Amino acid sequence: MSLHVDDLRVYYRTVHGDVQALDGVTFTVEDGEIMGVAGESGCGKTTLSKSLIRLDGRMRHIGGTVELDGSVLPLEDDRAMNRFRFTDVSIIPQYAMSAMNPIRKIGTMMRELLESRGVDFKQLRPELERRLELVGLSRDVLTMFPIELSGGMKQRTVMVLSTLLNPSLLIADEVTSALDVSTQRAVAETMAEFRDREFVTSLIFVTHDVSLVYQIADTIMVMYAGKLAEKAPADTLVKQPRHPYTQQLISSLPEVGVRYEEQQLAGIPGTPPGLLDPPGGCRFRARCPLAFDKCVEEPPFVEIEPGHSVACWKAM
Amino acid sequence: MGRYLGRKGLIYALTLFVAVTINWMLPRFMPGDPISDMVSRAGLRDPEAAARMQAYYENLFGLDVPIWQQYLNYWGSLFSWPPDLGISMWSFPRPVGDLVMGALPYTLALLIPAILLSWYVGNKLGALAARRKALDNTVLPVSYLLTATPYMWLAILLVWFGGMQLGWFPSSRAYSGNLVPEFSMSFIGSLALHWVLPFLSLFLVALGGWAIGMRNLVIYELESDYSNYLGALGAPPRLIRKYAFRNAMLPQITGLALQLGVVLTGNIVTEVVFNYPGLGLLLLNAITSTDFFLLQGIVLFVVIGVLICNFVIDIVYVWVDPRTRTGLQGASA
Repeated sequence: MSLHVDDLRVYYRTVHGDVQALDGVTFTVEDGEIMGVAGESGCGKTTLSKSLIRLDGRMRHIGGTVELDGSVLPLEDDRAMNRFRFTDVSIIPQYAMSAMNPIRKIGTMMRELLESRGVDFKQLRPELERRLELVGLSRDVLTMFPIELSGGMKQRTVMVLSTLLNPSLLIADEVTSALDVSTQRAVAETMAEFRDREFVTSLIFVTHDVSLVYQIADTIMVMYAGKLAEKAPADTLVKQPRHPYTQQLISSLPEVGVRYEEQQLAGIPGTPPGLLDPPGGCRFRARCPLAFDKCVEEPPFVEIEPGHSVACWKAM
Repeated sequence: MGRYLGRKGLIYALTLFVAVTINWMLPRFMPGDPISDMVSRAGLRDPEAAARMQAYYENLFGLDVPIWQQYLNYWGSLFSWPPDLGISMWSFPRPVGDLVMGALPYTLALLIPAILLSWYVGNKLGALAARRKALDNTVLPVSYLLTATPYMWLAILLVWFGGMQLGWFPSSRAYSGNLVPEFSMSFIGSLALHWVLPFLSLFLVALGGWAIGMRNLVIYELESDYSNYLGALGAPPRLIRKYAFRNAMLPQITGLALQLGVVLTGNIVTEVVFNYPGLGLLLLNAITSTDFFLLQGIVLFVVIGVLICNFVIDIVYVWVDPRTRTGLQGASA
């Protein structure tokens, strides 16, 4: 049935005013799709992933709807959202290393959590052990405390727990950021495997690492300053990006076999605009090499070919 | 577990050794000579008689041998059975042991309920305050006020209000002057009435500190990663609060161990204000009359008491915090 996000706006409430961290985001994730969300710090990708499951105390749902499998998620009602969490939409948080209660045995914590959600832990236990084995963990971790596990083991334990109830949407928020490169790859592949085994129906993989998400994602969405810049099938986005921001983002990645001693790796000069009082028009305007008069008007996010949408006047 | 306790036991034995040594040293190197005081109090005109009296007392208190011999004798008498703590000078010739044992029940009856109840109620109150805004706005200022109140000032206020204005509770001594200690309803009733005000003064001051600490700790835990993760997976607030409370308890248990010393000193002041015949009052008398042996005896009991409490809390900690256990065995990552 898939996920439909329509014009979602989530602002942060601060003493100086609202920070428009997520400002009108519209997209769809099909069943079985792995969508990568890429962008630099402060582009709104973590705000997006939190918005879909649990707004924190400072976040305010300003407008827009999120529809998952035909039902609209009550984003602003923390209690009503509980019904959807874990079973319909689940998350692997950024802080997987510290996500488990340090003074509870992991198995006890899982039992108490599952029973509080009305799930029969005993019945689920064989499946839990099977999945732990799948990610290379022994069932003994259930009788251990989080302190007894390495960082990677904790991360895998959290991955198994978050997906245990077969949610239709899983959000993986910067799950690879704290890992070394070889483990990053393994984690990304495990996520894809979870989708293939239908532990999760669809997956939003949030990262700042385009090269990593390219390896597993079906589609990639690039965000800039709280808005969508471009969304396309992974191959198209990496090989034929249309938005100047995406183009620069891709060109700042190193390529295998190229020696960067002679040829400097291109970066994107400048920093994203502050979102407390963002400039009108295209938000990338100030850093964009192609900017022209029309960019003072805000470009719409339009589909230029099937499955490929861009928000740029030059791409239309 | 055995190794952990063994190591802890060794540390405590070492602490006890140092404490006993300092305890023995302090009065001896303090200015003032209690023997001369006793002799001059006798008011003897004849210098020879005075010298003989001086020699008698020095022999009686074991002060006529070299200082290292005195130190060894001190240890020897502690390990004899029953331990010989010497003879009091202030209340000559009663043994120090008897005086201390007579005062100890009053102090314990005051301290143990005050420490444990203030800790328990304070933690509950703090956890509640972390949960409800309205409660937070009342509990917090009151707690700050209570914890900043000096023991004796609150004690004087209580004497004035509970003792003089309301006239409900007697404000001095541990039982009525016209009763003798016995197991009877009237004596126990009198004991209980006299107990209320000193207990309240200790209880209230300690209560505020615990409530503030617990409130801050619970708020911190509720914002921690594991709380957020549970929330994101739809755990009911009850479970999240339970976890936060359990984690917030750990520093409070350590705090309890640290607080013991503070409460003990507060207890001295309280006993003085209420003229309550516990160790605190006895300590004051020992100091004002330069009574070495009584002073040593009381401080020894206080030191042993604090060490026992700390040891108990160490054991409790192992039981409630798995990290202590695994940390000591070497974590298997």
